[in-house]
Amino acid sequence: MCLAIPGKVLSIAGDEALQRAGRVSFGGILKEVNLAFVPEAEVGDYVIVHVGVAISRVDGAEAQRVFDYLGQMGELAELQPDSTGKSAP
Amino acid sequence: MKPEFSTSCPLPLADHPNVLLAHGGGGRLMNQLIEKLFLPAFGNPLLNQRHDGAVIDVRGQRLAFTTDSYVVRPLFFPGGDIGTLAVNGTVNDLVMCGARPKWLSAGFIIEEGLPMETLWRVVQSMRQAAAAAGVELVTGDTKVVDKGKGDGLFINTAGLGVVGHNVVIAPARVVPGDVVLLSGDVGRHGMAIMSVREGLQFESTIESDCAPLTAPVLALLDAGVEIHCLRDLTRGGLASALNEIAVAARVQVDIDESALPVREEVRGACEILGLDPLYVANEGRFVAFISPRDLPRALDLLHAHALGADAKFIGTVGAGTPGLVTLKNRLGVARVLDLLSGEQLPRIC
Amino acid sequence: MKFLDEYRDAARARQFAVATARTVTRPWTLMEVCGGQTHAIVKFGLDELLPRGLELVHGPGCPVCVTPVELIDKALEIAARPEVIFCSFGDMLRVPGTQADLLSVKARGGDVRIVYSPLGAVKLARENPAREVVFFAVGFETTAPANAMAVAQAREFGLKNFSLLVSHVLVPPAMEAILASAANRVQGFLAAGHVCAVMGFTEYEPISRRYRVPIVVTGFEPLDILQGVLMCVEQLETGRAGVENQYTRAVRREGNTPAQQLIREVFRVVPRKWRGVGEIPQSGLSLSAAYAGFDAEQRFGVADVCAEESSECISGLILQGIRKPHECPAFGTRCTPEHPLGATMVSSEGACAAYHRYRRVQAAQS
Repeated sequence: MCLAIPGKVLSIAGDEALQRAGRVSFGGILKEVNLAFVPEAEVGDYVIVHVGVAISRVDGAEAQRVFDYLGQMGELAELQPDSTGKSAP
Repeated sequence: MKPEFSTSCPLPLADHPNVLLAHGGGGRLMNQLIEKLFLPAFGNPLLNQRHDGAVIDVRGQRLAFTTDSYVVRPLFFPGGDIGTLAVNGTVNDLVMCGARPKWLSAGFIIEEGLPMETLWRVVQSMRQAAAAAGVELVTGDTKVVDKGKGDGLFINTAGLGVVGHNVVIAPARVVPGDVVLLSGDVGRHGMAIMSVREGLQFESTIESDCAPLTAPVLALLDAGVEIHCLRDLTRGGLASALNEIAVAARVQVDIDESALPVREEVRGACEILGLDPLYVANEGRFVAFISPRDLPRALDLLHAHALGADAKFIGTVGAGTPGLVTLKNRLGVARVLDLLSGEQLPRIC
Repeated sequence: MKFLDEYRDAARARQFAVATARTVTRPWTLMEVCGGQTHAIVKFGLDELLPRGLELVHGPGCPVCVTPVELIDKALEIAARPEVIFCSFGDMLRVPGTQADLLSVKARGGDVRIVYSPLGAVKLARENPAREVVFFAVGFETTAPANAMAVAQAREFGLKNFSLLVSHVLVPPAMEAILASAANRVQGFLAAGHVCAVMGFTEYEPISRRYRVPIVVTGFEPLDILQGVLMCVEQLETGRAGVENQYTRAVRREGNTPAQQLIREVFRVVPRKWRGVGEIPQSGLSLSAAYAGFDAEQRFGVADVCAEESSECISGLILQGIRKPHECPAFGTRCTPEHPLGATMVSSEGACAAYHRYRRVQAAQS
């Protein structure tokens, strides 16, 4: 459910609570997005947008975790000499 | 496996007592309409080929003949308008028959109240597009309908072109082993329209790819490249064009997603709206099914033209399952690239 | 695109697949709750990268699919009125009610419009004061903030011509309903990342404890889903059952508190009927008393419309993970995307439509 994709906040306008909005870029496509629910988001941040409303700010440091996880798995695999041998390139 | 639409749906017309938009959307419902209503009524050897136009032999001279109607909202969009579409779309249908487009007709159905300036702008675009495509507008018709009975302006164009060679270009000539070329990046026209459509608008620099395909196609033909079939990508996008040819030629087509050029902005727009660029409309792109031995030469020829600069070898034809198109995705997994039921609708989820 | 492309990397996807194959020692059945994840799994062929015996079943997380048929009938009735501009997300337009769908109402002259955002519908209401603008507010917790925002803005603008036809559903009660069923086969869940971006994941902790089931909050890109599967399998293989968060770049434990506040102000929790599943207690949202004036069911007097679902459709069993789409006798024959018996065939995210679109050949050969 819930198609939501990350976009970069280019500018922010309107500080009335419900109408805090910004221009957000999705690979060069610009859309006005409601930013009322991400008061912490600043220009340059990435936010996750669903049907025109930002529901979360992307945490850049946490974004690496998927790859770190793989790194750890890789180290574990190297410690196991009997691994399947089918390892990825 | 038999093509779906001839077996799965015994009574599609009875199931849809009213015509839906999807009946004109280039997908499965439109195919049903053609199969069940138009072909039984009008069927003849030329029509039954289900090509973009008909090639007629008039005392030894082969002529290509085609028609198309243009209904687009809004009338003006980034990169073109209904007038450029009306000229280039029909020109391209002739080119896909291997013809040099020569003469067009234009029928205008105008809604009462349309600003004269709007009509003037459209006509100017048609004039420029015709000049650029090297065609003359030699006959026409004008009708005005009551306010509320039309959508501003509809245009129909028919076209005649001269086929200057003996090559037969038709789905039936596609054989296993053929290679599939795509002339450039996909999805721009549809997303340019979407960017200015009420309720969905976004800012972008995406412009329609609307253009006459005469030069790159005739370059291939003049150089003697062994072309088996050509198809311009319009409604329904690349996926629908490949499916139509796979069905008509009774072959399997396998394409590789990583070879398909899609611009970053088009991807961005598709991600936001939940659309697949392979089903998005184009107006200046084509696929060519050619003999594999001409592949390097054909790519070189296309790359020499502005409209073929991004041309890519995207896939091959196999004997496998007739009518099937598969797509090997970026993760290396193959899946079916199906014909859509109707228009692609933006998803929320 | 940043934060998308890097999570679609083929080499890393294979690394996750290899790591999962090494971890799995016996068959497991996992459910991805969310239709967006189902779509990604089928589109990217992620399940084909996973070891045999590790089965992914597709949950009830497609708001389009689970919207009950009588609500579609209510929508059709409202949309057919001449004074109404009926706004909806695109994928609701093809969902069949008892007799028709919104596209056919449009074909008969109804003013049915696709909008990208409920805020777009509010804008339409401001621009068309003489018309009644109705927004079809379907969705899970992810969409609730936007729909709540739309009504709150409408009230702020003093709009009298805007209303919502609400069919909001909540994920945790549906997960509990699946786990509590005697036929349940699900041993671990991938929870929907975007729902949790809004709601956080503390709600899932008692469910995980009560049913001893691992729940991994998971994102939507191929690497997210593959990692979510791996984290779930690691829990199962080591006999653990807890709530873990794979999608840390977007989901905080407490979720999005400003969004939750507005949801609580605008909506109240109610029992809700799910298409194919039936009524689940406290599983939906309706407008709260303070916003009752924006309720389209009241405004247009359609609250009493009732409807029966197709008896042949097994979408309920599919949504609960008990059956797979191609196991349905009607799949691909009497039920196709052109002539769907149930909504799982209609929505492009529905499990049946996804199978029909991507898997028809395998299904025919199996």
